[in-house]
Amino acid sequence: MKFPEYSILSLLKNAWSGNTGWKEAWRKAEPKQEYDVVIIGGGGHGLATAYYLAKEFGITNVAVVEKSWLGSGNVGRNTTAIRSNYLLPENQHFYELSMKMWESLSHELNYNVMFSQRGVINLGHSPAQMDAYARRGNAMRLNGIDAELFSREEVEGILPGIDMSRTARFPIEGGLMQWRAGTARHDSVAWGYARGADRRGVDLIENCEVTGFMRDGETIIGVQTSRGEIRAKKVAIAVAGSTGHVLNLAGIDRFPIESHVLQAFVSEALKPVFNTVATFGGGHLYFGQTDKGGIIFGGDIDGYNSYASRGNLPVVEDVMSEFMALFPNLGGVRLLRSWGGIMDMSMDGSPIIDIGPLPGMYLNCGWCYGGFKATPASGLCFAHTIAKDEPHPLIKPFALDRFKTGRMIDDKGQGATPRWH
Amino acid sequence: MRITCPHCGPRDLAEFYYWGDATRTMPALGSTDEAAWLTHIYDRPNPRGRHKEHWQHLGGCRAYLVVERDTATHEIFGVLFARDAAKEANT
Repeated sequence: MKFPEYSILSLLKNAWSGNTGWKEAWRKAEPKQEYDVVIIGGGGHGLATAYYLAKEFGITNVAVVEKSWLGSGNVGRNTTAIRSNYLLPENQHFYELSMKMWESLSHELNYNVMFSQRGVINLGHSPAQMDAYARRGNAMRLNGIDAELFSREEVEGILPGIDMSRTARFPIEGGLMQWRAGTARHDSVAWGYARGADRRGVDLIENCEVTGFMRDGETIIGVQTSRGEIRAKKVAIAVAGSTGHVLNLAGIDRFPIESHVLQAFVSEALKPVFNTVATFGGGHLYFGQTDKGGIIFGGDIDGYNSYASRGNLPVVEDVMSEFMALFPNLGGVRLLRSWGGIMDMSMDGSPIIDIGPLPGMYLNCGWCYGGFKATPASGLCFAHTIAKDEPHPLIKPFALDRFKTGRMIDDKGQGATPRWH
Repeated sequence: MRITCPHCGPRDLAEFYYWGDATRTMPALGSTDEAAWLTHIYDRPNPRGRHKEHWQHLGGCRAYLVVERDTATHEIFGVLFARDAAKEANT
């Protein structure tokens, strides 16, 4: 029997030998001249794709090129919520696959991603909103996903300290709970996939920015990078907020994506106050508590095109006032940090995973606010698409041509205004 | 971020409403060119760098503006009334 790299035995062995026997989690790989697959973007989705290419499809001659350090983008700066509480079946099936993969991910990777199924509840503030939640919950249950409609009293039971007064601007009527939803330690996900891919032979190349594409006519045959040219039979793009910029480098100057900045906030560490992740339905606010004790929360994107990883004050004020509407008793808690990440907002609020748009190219983008929870399924489905040159059945609905054919997947029903999704 | 409204002067971002990319041109209403409509409705240049965009000074004079702004740094290069920008584009 082969013991996993991290186990109680390896822990004991290294404890006795002064912790000198640990291997680096991944090699510092030098770029080779040619690979079967080059993945642009060393974030969650890129690393997961590399991992599943190697593990599920036996393709190990793979490089992941990352302009900064691994996990330096959105996988390292999100609010870590994981859920599959969608209304539309295409989203339900895809995100539920992801949820099932999360449930065994720590074992799969032999790396503790600290997946915690503490539940995610959407708070409802009017009878109409509760009706909409009942509809969504029923749609979820019809497809085998857990959902539970909560009364006012049940909300009060799981969120002690929340303002339940009838005189609140948005009084709480109840909520929609998904108990299997929760959170994970975001950096661990990147590191776990990185180590898994590295141990199977994938080259992870950091500080390697893509500056252009090598082409043979229309066909993409490699990438130009800050560390030289790298040829590849297939080039896969998983760069989230930088999608527009990278596609511009390939000469694609119009695409159904806008980049927007989303801010997130964390407070000083408190003793446990929130058992679950929750969202405020009177505006747009989501919050939870990290294992270190900080309240982590966020709201709307700033709302104007941006590639700057920092936002402006109006949204800070808006998010804080929404938080105060629910928890006036936490008004004295100090904010520790805030930061911004760049979201690839698509035209219908759903991702795009497809072959193309140029020959030799594979694209994974359009995650809007929700990329982190999709990481495992996105990696698996994208790897399938690259390996077999055929979209995975679950991501066929997320093809790029849906904007042409009119088969939009617009869970929120907002139309082609990316900043409203 | 502050935007200098040509009518009201420098004002806080909170007073402005964002309408998006100002370089898109709508096909003629009678047009049946599907590709042109597809591009107009769904496709965006989304550049990292200089970007022309429509804003409205909703919390002030309510004028529609064309702002040229760097999406990587949020630096603003110029603000015009939308009608002046349209005249400029037509000449």
